[in-house]
Amino acid sequence: MTVHGDGYMSFIEIKDLTHIYHAGQENAKEALSKVSINVEKGEFVAVLGENGCGKSTLAKHINALLLPTDGCCIVDGMDTNDVTKVWDIRQQVGMVFQNPDNQIIASVVEEDVAFGPENLGIPRDEIKKRVDEALKAVDMERYRAFAPHLLSGGQKQRVAIAGALAMHTKCLVLDEPTAMLDPKGRSEVMSAVKKLNKEQGITIIYITHFMEEAAEADRVIVMEKGKIFAEGKPQEIFARVDDLKRLRLDVPLASAIAWNLKKQGIYIPDGIVQEEELVEALCQLK
Amino acid sequence: MSIEIKNISYTYMPKTAFEHQALKNVSFTIKEGEVTAIAGHTGSGKSTIVQHLNGLLHPSEGQVLVDGTDLNKKGSEAIKARQLVGMVFQYPEHQLFEETVEKDVGFGPRNLGVSEEETEKRVKEALDFVDIDYETYKDVSPFQLSGGQKRRVAIAGVLALKPKYLVLDEPTAGLDPRGREELLSRVWGLHKRKKATLIFVSHKMEDVARIADRLIVMNHGELMLDAPPKEAFLEEEILKNAGLTVPATVRLLTELKERGFAVDPAAFTMEEAARRIAKAVKERRRGTC
Repeated sequence: MTVHGDGYMSFIEIKDLTHIYHAGQENAKEALSKVSINVEKGEFVAVLGENGCGKSTLAKHINALLLPTDGCCIVDGMDTNDVTKVWDIRQQVGMVFQNPDNQIIASVVEEDVAFGPENLGIPRDEIKKRVDEALKAVDMERYRAFAPHLLSGGQKQRVAIAGALAMHTKCLVLDEPTAMLDPKGRSEVMSAVKKLNKEQGITIIYITHFMEEAAEADRVIVMEKGKIFAEGKPQEIFARVDDLKRLRLDVPLASAIAWNLKKQGIYIPDGIVQEEELVEALCQLK
Repeated sequence: MSIEIKNISYTYMPKTAFEHQALKNVSFTIKEGEVTAIAGHTGSGKSTIVQHLNGLLHPSEGQVLVDGTDLNKKGSEAIKARQLVGMVFQYPEHQLFEETVEKDVGFGPRNLGVSEEETEKRVKEALDFVDIDYETYKDVSPFQLSGGQKRRVAIAGVLALKPKYLVLDEPTAGLDPRGREELLSRVWGLHKRKKATLIFVSHKMEDVARIADRLIVMNHGELMLDAPPKEAFLEEEILKNAGLTVPATVRLLTELKERGFAVDPAAFTMEEAARRIAKAVKERRRGTC
């Protein structure tokens, strides 16, 4: 991270954040323990970790669905603990959850996308413009008059993303958005997310159990039992095969094969995470 | 003994504006002891088929026979036949409801009038099978468990009914990689050790390759392919049209083969793929020397 002068803040600054569910009660459970993370504007960050390690709890702090038990979460200079800022924060940070059927509320696609801006009391013409832009950005214009139940899972997730875009959100937090999708739906959602990140500079926080998806991020954060275990470029993280296996995770196929070949004495350069890179490296072998 | 699906068609909401034919003249037979995977994209009809297997849906046309009994018949014979088929739905942990793990797993047998002694025995066995320690967890609320544990408890609840045929709809969706691995090997063990007949829906061709004897591919309500995985994975066009992909290992090896490596793409595990690549690399080296 570049060091700026005094007063510089990252887009998202999470400092010593602890979250305890049912705090003070008999069944109190610490889900996050002194977690600190900074995310820069326009960054694409993937979050990995076993079921129950605190990934979703962390995600829900970023748009103030949950508040820290201790520590703080600051989004674009606004503290989520400040009740007067909650709606501004939620407008800036859109959430997409795992189950596409739980987040679509209207009976027509375009009405669903318009729901957020309508709630803000934005004029009709402006809403229309935003809905058009949002559906175009996720390549769903053709389906604007469809009933959501006629769409595939991947299409529903893209409608959910469009709903956030229509709010002019600056950041998308996606919590296992592809877990319930077929392979085609997964690649549709992944390319929509990448496009929004590259072309519109939208900050992406992407929770997943698919290592191949995490390999596409700028930075990977690995969580373990409510703490940050490691963070770094995908190439750095996926070189730590033994650590990841111990954490119930995996590495992308290309990294696993590269690691295996290296152990057999075949020279493969470090930092391979994508299949094309592995194919190229093997073709270069003499 | 088998489940026979004979020329079934199914139409949702017939004679309304929402009429939709979800299955078109589908036939196949599941033999006892087989492991069958059903794949297809969202809306391909695979969940509709699965719901026919224990009579949750009855076909608009055609028949479903479980061990020779038509599930659509009236009377106790059809009810008994339906009980032979256990169903684990998608995200089965959402169906947990009891106060303790023991009560949740025992709910099915108790509801069917199984004696208390036998129920307890079945609960112990079922929990043991999914690797949940009975003594540690029997009095714990199922809602305090982790995601992977919840799912295994929910599956134990179905196992306690001692189904002859076990149907699982996307059993590994949403689990971390290790959780997926553990669940798959447990399910596989059920087949290996107890000769259970398994039918599972999955998008993950890697999982299909590992445990299925046979892959059924659905597209637009029709059966497109019914073949052993090794043969099915070579039908790239059919798989692609059905919204599926070949396993990543096959994709990688095919690419290498096209680039001139002497590799057979039909490898379905990372280790096997790496072994084949290493061999091809060494042979190539020898060739160029």
